[in-house]
Amino acid sequence: MSLDSVTEFDADSPKFLRGKYAIAGVGETTYRRGSEESTRNLATWAIKNAMADSGLGAGDIDGMLSYSGNDSVHAPWVAGDLGIRLNFYMDVHGGGSSIEALIGIAIGVIEAGMCKTVAIYRAMNGYSQVRIGGTGARSAVPIVGDQIHHRAYGWQSAGQMFAPTFLRHMYDYGTTPEQVAHVKVAHSKHASNNPKAYYKQRMTVEDVINSRIICKPLHLLDCCVETDNATCIIVTSLDRARDCKQAPAVIQSVVGRCCKPRSDMHYQHGPISTVAGHYARKILWPNAGVGPEDIDVTGSYDAFTFTTMLQLEDYGFCKKGDGGDYVSSGVIELGGARPNNTSGGHLCEGYTHGMNMVIENVRQIRGEVDDSCPIGPDGKRQHTHDYSEGGCRQVKDVELTANLGWAMPGTGSAMVMAKDAR
Amino acid sequence: MPIVGDYMGMALTIEDVDKENRAFFDYCAKGEFRLQKGKASGLLRYPPTTACPWTTDRDYDWVPVEGKGAVHSYAEVHHAIQPAFKGHTPYMMLLVDLDTQKGQPSEHEALRVAGNLVMADGSFAPPDVVRTVGIGTRVRMVFVDVTEGFALPHWTIDETAEQPAAPWRYPQE
Repeated sequence: MSLDSVTEFDADSPKFLRGKYAIAGVGETTYRRGSEESTRNLATWAIKNAMADSGLGAGDIDGMLSYSGNDSVHAPWVAGDLGIRLNFYMDVHGGGSSIEALIGIAIGVIEAGMCKTVAIYRAMNGYSQVRIGGTGARSAVPIVGDQIHHRAYGWQSAGQMFAPTFLRHMYDYGTTPEQVAHVKVAHSKHASNNPKAYYKQRMTVEDVINSRIICKPLHLLDCCVETDNATCIIVTSLDRARDCKQAPAVIQSVVGRCCKPRSDMHYQHGPISTVAGHYARKILWPNAGVGPEDIDVTGSYDAFTFTTMLQLEDYGFCKKGDGGDYVSSGVIELGGARPNNTSGGHLCEGYTHGMNMVIENVRQIRGEVDDSCPIGPDGKRQHTHDYSEGGCRQVKDVELTANLGWAMPGTGSAMVMAKDAR
Repeated sequence: MPIVGDYMGMALTIEDVDKENRAFFDYCAKGEFRLQKGKASGLLRYPPTTACPWTTDRDYDWVPVEGKGAVHSYAEVHHAIQPAFKGHTPYMMLLVDLDTQKGQPSEHEALRVAGNLVMADGSFAPPDVVRTVGIGTRVRMVFVDVTEGFALPHWTIDETAEQPAAPWRYPQE
């Protein structure tokens, strides 16, 4: 049995929702350490910003989705605060790979007639309350049943859990730490042109390699930042989005929490250097009607430098095993052929469990990335496309973007967005 | 009554209704490594599950399995998260391909069993031993007691096995 024959997708199913839904508004709080705000307050702040961005009022939004790991606020409280009467809501368990999946759910519930417009948020004090790396409160909880098979071995944090995949990729394909460090180099370059980013300093390969080892193969600078923030995305039909303030980012295709075999413990089914994108791409590209070669900007989840590389590879942006070459070739940097995470992503901008990478691509599609370029008389930024430090981060003529969300090696989500063709 | 054992500062808990894990760790406490073998498929599985992943069969027997294999991959932790592990860094979590059923039922499948690299007496391997272990190292299973009726499987270097000349390790020490 080959890997491909284990889980075959019917990639020929009807694509009638392609191009029918859109992201009409995006918003976020600041990215900070020590927010001194409740997650309820952070959520309200981000959703209000997304509403203002779209021009939609409380009466226009009637659906809400959120995701968390029991470290956030439930949708009904936030909706109540903002005077939103809900026809639909759901609070979903999960972190990375949730946002693309929840956008798919939002499309589904709108299509089913359950509501008309859905605000999706993630609010977290990922530094000052529940640290995603697992230190503090998370390392002290009782370990029950199935968790014993990993947590009892000090195999708990994301970096620890993913390390066997990363190391095996180096073993299978000769990938080097220096190649992968280029992901941090690229994302830190992007963050230096993002006034919102938590870390704005540009880093070199040597900076990454000389930072202390956390869990092999991860140095400190291979790991993302932990921050306090909330983010929000508003999904509605393309027709309604066209009546909003901003140009719609049109949703072409979504994949939600696509899994490798043996999702109870994915390492049972190899090759373990292959990740869920290997399966997800069979839904993503046919449903979008485009391929990786058509994409202008990527948003490959950077919980770690390695996660960005592995996904770009398994979604087909390069040949399997060539991920190290791909990310160190300059392609993924601003000014390169297909920049990745132009906001600086989780490595530099802030940690939001994936949502800031989608927000960034929405702004790229609009052509209105919030860098330091001057604002012209028409109220729009005059993008220079000069990517030197402190400058522009708008990519020229963005038509198509791909977000590649990551929960773990065995589970991923993805989405293709397009500029409105109208 | 659930079994609760304090291990490395963690409250490890197995509920009464969790029959699969209860049996697995109880055999470990007796010094036996047993896995579920599906009656319909005849295939072993790890970790414990409630049905056979290849046939959906819910019937199985607990059969003794040789606790020997080779390191498939690993995590080598230098910055521990759980407080009690901080005194043991760097420590290794090994993912070991058992010799039994390797490459079955498909090429890339194996019983990949987790455990820390320990010495033969169950104590954490010191840094000079950690530096000798990598992908390909031959290991054998040892058990470390948690509490009555509950022990954890771990891995130690198999002194009797022929070892690879240079197991693959991350290039930076």
